[in-house]
Formats: sequence, structure tokens, C-alpha cells
Amino acid sequence: MIRSGDIRRSDFTREGGFPVSAITESGSSTSRTLVSDRARVLKTMAFGDKVFALLTLSAAYLVLLVLAGIIISLIIGAWPAITTFGLDFLTTTRWAPQLEPEPILGALAPIYGTLVSSFIAMLIAVPFGLGIAIFLTELCPHSIRKPIRLAIELLAGIPSIIYGMWGFFVLGPFLANYVEPGIVAVFADIPVLNSVFGGEMLSNLSLFNASLILAIMILPFITAIAVDVFSTVPPVLKEAAYGIGCTTWEVVSNVVLPFTRVGVVGGVMLALGRALGETMAVTFIIGNSFKISSSIFAPGTTISAAIASEFAESEGVHQSGLILLGLLLFVLTFFVLAAARLMLMRLEKRAGA
Amino acid sequence: MASYAARQRKSTTVMGLCLLATVIGVVWLFLILFSLLWNGIPGLTFAVFTEMTPPPGEKGGGLLNAIYGSLIMTFMGVGIGAPIGILAGTYLAEYGRHSKLTPVIRFINDILLSAPSIIIGLFVYGAVVVPMRSFSAVAGSIALAVIVVPVVVRTTEDMLLLVPNTLREAASALGLPRSHMIRKVAYRAARAGLITGVLLAVARVGGETAPLLFTVLSNQFWSADLLRPMANLPVTINNFINNPDANWKQLAWTGALLITAAVLTLNITARFLGASKDGQ
Repeated sequence: MIRSGDIRRSDFTREGGFPVSAITESGSSTSRTLVSDRARVLKTMAFGDKVFALLTLSAAYLVLLVLAGIIISLIIGAWPAITTFGLDFLTTTRWAPQLEPEPILGALAPIYGTLVSSFIAMLIAVPFGLGIAIFLTELCPHSIRKPIRLAIELLAGIPSIIYGMWGFFVLGPFLANYVEPGIVAVFADIPVLNSVFGGEMLSNLSLFNASLILAIMILPFITAIAVDVFSTVPPVLKEAAYGIGCTTWEVVSNVVLPFTRVGVVGGVMLALGRALGETMAVTFIIGNSFKISSSIFAPGTTISAAIASEFAESEGVHQSGLILLGLLLFVLTFFVLAAARLMLMRLEKRAGA
Repeated sequence: MASYAARQRKSTTVMGLCLLATVIGVVWLFLILFSLLWNGIPGLTFAVFTEMTPPPGEKGGGLLNAIYGSLIMTFMGVGIGAPIGILAGTYLAEYGRHSKLTPVIRFINDILLSAPSIIIGLFVYGAVVVPMRSFSAVAGSIALAVIVVPVVVRTTEDMLLLVPNTLREAASALGLPRSHMIRKVAYRAARAGLITGVLLAVARVGGETAPLLFTVLSNQFWSADLLRPMANLPVTINNFINNPDANWKQLAWTGALLITAAVLTLNITARFLGASKDGQ
């Protein structure tokens, strides 16, 4: 008598768990091919499985490699400028790449322009963005909520060069001819403010015009994130507040905003990261002048505008200086964006709990 | 405490301001679209699509080489970037769900998603243009691919995480190997979302200018050589718009109208696809 158990056990071990031949114990040739076919198919499947898993893993590592590549290539490119100028690069205002025998490059003006233009843009865009988000979540009738949200999000889809053109041909002349003279006149007699808002020669190209374009560009980001985080507020909280007689604004300011504070700040920082690095829109309209002017109506430059307008024609230490500017910008935006993401992650964790 | 009427007044005022902000935001979109149409449509002739960019001072001409170059580079950029992005997103959502690497990659990816595109231009200049000793369409495509990857990683992961685990368990219970389960079940369930992600990525890079400025430069002439500078719409617009030549300026506006129309159409299509998926 054949002990069937033995046969099965050996088949299990040999053929990877499929006791096919155990059924036809005589071991005819057809069943043997079946077994080996199945084994082969399983083997190729297992191989394909491993390859696919490995592919996804290497693609994931590639994301990390890109970041490392960016940092390394910027440092290599910036090295000549770092060794030539050292820390003076950060404290010098003068930008004279053509100077003989040695060019002088200082990053203070573009750094100042980057920070100030982003700051003014945030001052304008944050109240607007939050206002739109409050309108969309608290007031807006259901039927028009989607079209309005779409319109705001399409603002984010318009390429930045289009904003630049539009600012250059439409917004800039409008501001310089109709808006800015009025502002200058209002502040003309107030000390300090008359130099911030001063301008003998108003131009279509100025720091303020660039800031306004930036504000329009980052508005959709603030709105989108604010709408998302506002919708994480549990309805019972709002209903309870309405129930004890709060007005809509009181519900927003006492319940919604405190509950979503971390997320809103995260969204604002994310928008700030965008504003700091925005290139084409600013390049068109900021005037590209390496000067620090007390007036926001005067031309200036930003890091990205300086790179965009000079890089293609630069060489040697001038080019290296521009790459060093890029490195500074990358470090700056990296920290701003990292802080933003950490804040938004904290909110997600709370929403998930 | 203020009277109820005073509180109501305050609330109405603030909500009125919110309404005003919304109106201004929407009006702004239409202002931009209007000036694009106003300035772009007069130049929208058949020649735009059939003739090359003209030399300065000459009349006529079109944007054929720029449109061709933009299409090629966008296609190549997405062709390189999207598969990498989908694979990396698959790792985050499927294989690496409990790995310690996943949060790190997700964090880095989110930062790359918002990183200034001009920095990516500098990176590709250093990593591709300098070693190859030439500005080229390939370098431009790689720059665009670097922008595409984070967008696609993000949407792929989000969409795969929406696929119910019961589907995965059912597939595995039938004995399907994991990679087959992912490709035949998870990808299929998340298909609309994955396509949305790729379309959004196309829309994102379609109008990108900054990373192309010093990776492909541009080209006055027809060139299909991928290893040489190639004409493309954004850089052509950038070069033409600041020129006193009226013909060039008109072509730049028309090019801007074309880019914006294409990008916004893609955006709306992608959102429509995504929304119909939500409704199911």
C-alpha cells in the first residue's frame, strides 16, 4: 500500500505547495508537465513580482536622489563664488559682474527684494484668501460654490509668464498712472511713511507692482488650503456656537479659526514658499535693478528675477554667484516649506485621530 | 457686551468684506482672460500654426516651430516623469505603507512639489547642460520631468490610498501575486485619479518658463534635433514680448493665449475627471 501522505509531502516541498501529482498517484506524463508548467509560471510570476517591487522602491529612492542632486549640483556650481566672496556676499549691496579686474557681487539687494516683495504679497493675499475661504465655507449657496472654487483654482493654473505679461502691459501702467500717485499724495506729509510710499518718478516697474502680482498668484493656494482645513471643523462645534446665539462672524472667529489655526498657518507658509521662489511674473515687472530703495514704488530685484534675467549670458564667477543666489533661495524656501508641511501634518494627524 | 443688533452689524460687515474678496478674486481671473483674448485674438491666423517664427523686423510668420518644440518637450518631460512618479507613488501607497522610509519620501516629495522651478533649471543646467556642453531639448525635457515627478507621486499615492483594502484582500485571496494585484486591481480602481494626476502634471509643465530659460534656450529656426536648442512657446513669448517689434509682440500675445487656453482646458478636464470619480 502506498502511503499517500508521503507523496503529498514530497510534492509540497518540491513543487511549491501544489499537490497536483498527489491526485494522480501513478505519475503519468501529462500530470508531470502540468506540474512543471505551473512551477515555471509561478517562478516567472514571483520574479515579475520582485522586479516590480524593486522598480517602485528605486523610483521612490529617485525622489530622494533628486533632492540630493539639487543640493550637490548647486553647491558645486556655487563653490567658486563661495571661496571668492565668502560671507561678504551676504552683506554687500553692490552687484557689478563686469567690473575689472575683479567683479564685485553682493546678494543683499536681491535678498531684500525677495523678502520684501513676498512680505507685501502675503499682507495682501492672506486676508483676501481667508476671506474667500470663509465666504465659500460659511456663506456661499451650494449651487455656486463649485463654479467659484473652480474660478479661484484656475487662477493657480495660469502660467506665471502670463501673469508677468499681464502685469507688464496692463496692471503696471494702471497702477503707475491711476493708483500710486494717489497713495504717494496721501502719505506725502507724513515722515517715514512718505519715503516708504514715496516716488518722484513712478514707473510701471516696481517692487510694489511685483508684490501685487505675486499676491494674485498665491491667493488660490491660500484659499484652497483654507477651504480644506475649514472643512475639518466638526459641524457639532459650529452648530453648538450657533445654538447659543453666535453670529456668523463670531462662529468663524471663535470656533473655526482657533480650531484650524495650525492648518491655516501651514497653508500661509506654503504660499510664502511659492512667493519666495516665483520667477517669471516677478522678472517682468520688478525692474531688475540691484538697488535697495526706501520706497516700495521703486524698481528692485529678487533672487529668482536676477537668475532669470542674467544667467543665460553669464560665465565664470558671475555665473557661480548666480548659482550661489539660487542655493540661498533653495535653503530659504526649503525651511519655509518644511515648516509648512510639518504644521499641515500635525493637523492631518489630529483629523485622523 | 455689545447689543445683538451691533453684533449682527459687525458680522454682516465682515461677511460683506468676504463676499467682496470673492468677487475681486473672480473678477481678476476674468480680467486676465479678457486681456489675453483682446490682445491675442487679432493675431490668431492660420499662419500661426503653419509658419516659423519670423526674424526681427519682418512681417508675417507664425509659431509653428515653437508650438512643435513645446509639444515635444512637454510630451518627453511627462513621458519620463509620469512613469517614475506613478511607480514611486505605488511604493508609498502599497509596498512601503508601514516602512520608515515612506514618511521621509513623502515629506521630501512635498517640498519638491513647491520648490522654485528656477532652482530646478539651475540643477539641470549643472547636471545635464554642463556635462553635455550644449543647451538641448533633452535637458529641457529632463527639467520638466523633475517638475512632473512630485506632482504625479502625490496624486498617485492619494488615489491608491482611496482604493478600499477589501479589493486588495479579495485579489490576494484568489492567489494573485502582489504586483498583479496592484496592476490589475488597484490601478484599475484608481484609474480616473491617476489620469487626473498626469493631466494636472501636463498642465503644470505646459506653461513653465523658468526652467527652460537656460536648459533649452530657444531657437529661431525649425529644429527637430533633440540634442540642440529647440524653439518653445514660453521662451519665445519671453523673448518676443520685450521687443519693440510690433509683429513679435503680437505673436507673443497670441502664443500666450494658446498656452493659457491649453493649460486651462487641461485643468478643467482633469478636475471634471476627478469629480466624476468622486461621484461614483
